[in-house]
Amino acid sequence: MAAPGAAGGGRSGAPAAEWGGFEDNMQGGGSAVIDMENMDDTSGSSFEDMGEMHQRMKEEEEEEAEGEAGAGEEEDGEFLGMKGLRGQLGRQVADQMWQVGKRQASRAFSLYANIDILRPYFDVEPVQVRARLLESMIPVKMINFPQKIAGELYGPLMLVFTLVAILLHGMKTSDTIIREGTLMGTAIGTCFGYWLGVSSFMYFLAYLCNAQITMVQMLSLLGYGLFGHCITLFVTYNIHFHSLFYIFWLVVGGLSTLRMVAVLVSRTVGHTQRLILCGTLAALHMLFLLYLHFAYHKVVEGILDTLEGPNVPPFQRVARDIPVVSNAVLNTTAKAIALTL
Amino acid sequence: MAAAEGSGAGGTLFPGLADVSISQDIPVEGEITVPVGSHSPDEDFSTLDEPVKDTIMRDLKAVGKKFVHVMYPRKSSALLRDWDLWGPLVLCVSLALMLQGGSADSKDDGGPQFAEVFVIIWFGAVVITLNSKLLGGTISFFQSLCVLGYCVMPLTVAMLVCRLVLLAGAGTVSFIIRLIVVGAMFAWSTLASTAFLADSQPPNRKALVVYPIFLFYFVISWMILTFTPQ
Repeated sequence: MAAPGAAGGGRSGAPAAEWGGFEDNMQGGGSAVIDMENMDDTSGSSFEDMGEMHQRMKEEEEEEAEGEAGAGEEEDGEFLGMKGLRGQLGRQVADQMWQVGKRQASRAFSLYANIDILRPYFDVEPVQVRARLLESMIPVKMINFPQKIAGELYGPLMLVFTLVAILLHGMKTSDTIIREGTLMGTAIGTCFGYWLGVSSFMYFLAYLCNAQITMVQMLSLLGYGLFGHCITLFVTYNIHFHSLFYIFWLVVGGLSTLRMVAVLVSRTVGHTQRLILCGTLAALHMLFLLYLHFAYHKVVEGILDTLEGPNVPPFQRVARDIPVVSNAVLNTTAKAIALTL
Repeated sequence: MAAAEGSGAGGTLFPGLADVSISQDIPVEGEITVPVGSHSPDEDFSTLDEPVKDTIMRDLKAVGKKFVHVMYPRKSSALLRDWDLWGPLVLCVSLALMLQGGSADSKDDGGPQFAEVFVIIWFGAVVITLNSKLLGGTISFFQSLCVLGYCVMPLTVAMLVCRLVLLAGAGTVSFIIRLIVVGAMFAWSTLASTAFLADSQPPNRKALVVYPIFLFYFVISWMILTFTPQ
């Protein structure tokens, strides 16, 4: 690294003038002050001028421009020759440490806070998104060779937000009351927690079971699996029949689970591993749908029981004025259809 | 530049420095992207002495002009160029205040309603902005926030109308009126913000950007529609 090299060189300030390697960069028999700055500027290109350090050279060029500017200002103000050597040395060391630290911090910041890291995962066309949404409900038949999973994050992210919106709608129409929190916070926490948490857990299991899948692919797979959840909840939050919900749960939830399971099976070797992975995923996926449907009814039923006693018929919903019209219409329609079928 | 001086001085005093090459095109750090910024030293100079009324009126006029732009969404770039967040803040706070107290039980969540609305609007706007940037948009972060915030205005108007309608009664007729009003305002908001934001996207990806905006205004419209006062 340039810093220890420069610090080591600066400590032997006077004898450093005799080093042949730095001859062309010396400023004459001056003070170690100037030497250190100089070493910082050019030692990068002398020591590390190797093939694979090309990147660092480019960075050092930028830094030496900064360092030169700093050195120019400082040596005008503080050039005291040999007299204030120690004080200046200390100051220069501190200054250099600060600059190195600042450089590293800004490098780390531009590396990690760079939004462009995520850009490749959002590189999709609307046609592709639509195709993938429809495919997420169709189980694949070929499990003998690994199925392709698109590592894309736009579709899953939008599906999670849609699920949040649908959940909010469901909570409002079922008059869920959340103490110690907000409706929106609960909805967002539930959906994002499921997506990120279960993805991480499944990725960990996949790592244990030697499955060929990356984290982004896992996120994408699970995210697209939420499409079935969205459809089911959208329908059943508006038409309140438990039997309808169970049908949707089995059919729609089952289809999307089958698809995810088939893709995972195609990427895993060994019966035990396949069983573990797919069993876990299927269980979590289906149970989540069950939870989303029932979690917000329970609150209403509990409150109704305490308020009015056991006279209330079990699956009644205390609706606000909005769903009165729409619910009545939809329920009678569904009943009429069920009767005719 | 100090660097140039350093190398110039190095040429005469320190012969060893003559061949140290320093790139002259040092990347400048900091934002000079907004052209308005280049005027600001002069403006600050002259606006310090003006009466407070002038300053406030100038800002109010800018905000008002943007409101007009939202009401009649033409593809002008004034909204984008001189972005400010005063309008969105005022709209957000007024919407959150009006939505407060619409809970089923009066003994809890009078408070969280305000925080909910606030967080939904700002968090949603940030997510939409990030999404449009990741999809390759050319608009800057705060410009996008500005547009999305200002386009909440039709929904605030809808909230006002809903509150007035609810004062008259809470039956089926009032529900239908509110539904129509909120639906119309929701469509207006979405169209207005799409008119500004979708232009900055590559043409085949407009649908990808419009959908989150649609969802965002849909959630706000839903909160307005399901509001019942105590």
